[in-house]
Amino acid sequence: MEHNLILVFILGGALCFLAQLLIDLTRLTPARILVIYVCLGVFLYAVGIYEPLFDIFGCGASLPLIGFGANIGRGVFEAVNEKGIIGILEGGLSASALGITAALVLGFLASVIFRSKTKRM
Amino acid sequence: MMSEEEKKKLIKKHSKSSPVLKNSLRAFFFGGLICLFGEVLLKVYVFFGAEEKTSVSLVTLSVIFIASLLTGIGVFDKIARFTGAGTLVPVSGFSNAVTSEAMDSASEGYVLGVGAKIFTVAGPVIIFGLLSGVIYGVIYYVYSLIGG
Repeated sequence: MEHNLILVFILGGALCFLAQLLIDLTRLTPARILVIYVCLGVFLYAVGIYEPLFDIFGCGASLPLIGFGANIGRGVFEAVNEKGIIGILEGGLSASALGITAALVLGFLASVIFRSKTKRM
Repeated sequence: MMSEEEKKKLIKKHSKSSPVLKNSLRAFFFGGLICLFGEVLLKVYVFFGAEEKTSVSLVTLSVIFIASLLTGIGVFDKIARFTGAGTLVPVSGFSNAVTSEAMDSASEGYVLGVGAKIFTVAGPVIIFGLLSGVIYGVIYYVYSLIGG
């Protein structure tokens, strides 16, 4: 694992730079950007680009949402190898379960613990 | 479906009407910084004996946790107004969207309020991610039958 810290910064930054450009110059909403990045991640994994990308850029590739998409891609790939046709449906959610569950459970807990300021007033 | 008002709120949170290049450079800097933070954290986890694959997951979890907490105490929005896509594109943006939707809908009850609206942004991301995954799976499966 020898990810160059400067390269990590550059890829992570570049993906955000591009997203900000898209938000400012087109009518794409942040939610759409997230969707595009996730799909892009699946695509990058599928064509075999993501893995070498991660080997070089580390968290610069895995933390942006393309990493989330690549997880789905990897999950499908491994599940199909292991279980055949069933894996097509099983792999994606299994591989992304950690992030999804964490975000949803924490979000729910936050809604119990913290009160939204806008709603209280 | 997101209402117009909610859309505007999201746009406002992650973007600003100031110069395009300045916004983008700011997003570059802060987005890069988050990934750098993640990478350093990754090295820390590996140093303490976690496997690399596990550590990558732990880093993602850590960023999700921090973003959710910052959203809960009301700090994330203030940061995001400045950083724009810099905090949107890393998983922090996903986590923030989930937590803030959950909090904003708490007054509408836990089942059809939080339970349903928590998916306002997470839903599309998950659905389209899984859809892409299934398409890839079908292609890969057929390919492996024919010649793989």
